[in-house]
Amino acid sequence: MARSGRTMTEAAHRHDPGQDGEEALLDRLRAGDKAACAECIEQHAPAVYRLALRMMGSEAEAEDVVQETFLSAFRAIDRFEGRSGLGTWLFRIAHNTALMRLRRLEPLFVPVDDPGLDDGATPLPRELFDWCCLPERDFETEEARREVEAAVRALPEILRAVFVLRELEGLSTEQTAEALDLSSEAVRTRLHRARLWLRERLSGYFSELARAAPEG
Amino acid sequence: VDGAGCRRWLDELSAYLDVQASDSLRAELEQHLAACPDCRVTVDTLRQTLRLVHALSRPPFSPEARQRLLRALPPDPFVHPDSP
Repeated sequence: MARSGRTMTEAAHRHDPGQDGEEALLDRLRAGDKAACAECIEQHAPAVYRLALRMMGSEAEAEDVVQETFLSAFRAIDRFEGRSGLGTWLFRIAHNTALMRLRRLEPLFVPVDDPGLDDGATPLPRELFDWCCLPERDFETEEARREVEAAVRALPEILRAVFVLRELEGLSTEQTAEALDLSSEAVRTRLHRARLWLRERLSGYFSELARAAPEG
Repeated sequence: VDGAGCRRWLDELSAYLDVQASDSLRAELEQHLAACPDCRVTVDTLRQTLRLVHALSRPPFSPEARQRLLRALPPDPFVHPDSP
């Protein structure tokens, strides 16, 4: 239900945000407390931004997604039932917002139902050169870091959000499933395929490096 | 990786790396890895891939972006734009 005419209360001004648990923060958000909005942003915007950035690939677009996410969340806070955590719910809104934006930016963008990535047998590895023998310094160069970053950015969209939430943000399988409206089994499958996809992609770069390295 | 023989293990590699595989599965998989160089390379490079990904720095949500977000909040962010 939409609210109207709500103003920040004096109690909200006096509130000490450091003492809040999530329930208390939610109560204040539901009561229309603007200071609670700032607190919610402080707590959750960095992670929401990281998901948005990995989804959109551009800082400006990611910022727009974050903004839309929090505005939508605050307006719909009465509909938040608390079955998942607030952070998980925000990820869910951000993911949907990012998908809608991607569809607008790329009308031919098809984010779901790529049978090669989501269903059927796991593709067998093709890159089988062992590049683990490279000296550590080769993994720590700026170029190597850029390769890894580019590989994550290039993950097929159907795998990317699962990978970001599960692998990079450390959500559990169940939280990721809740945030992305997937089954736990689908999360496990997509995470596994994302890992294998990245391994394949990075093997291209690091195998070349290992082959070019002088013997000894 | 010889197809059907290795495919069974391929699907278990994430559980293995996450230490979520059962003891018996882990023992069987390790037996296979000892005999299959291709699967061993796959596991080792997969482990290294994850290590590199985890070493990526986390892109920061800058204080400027935070300020822009706070400024973008309408006077009453709890009012739906379509509400009367």
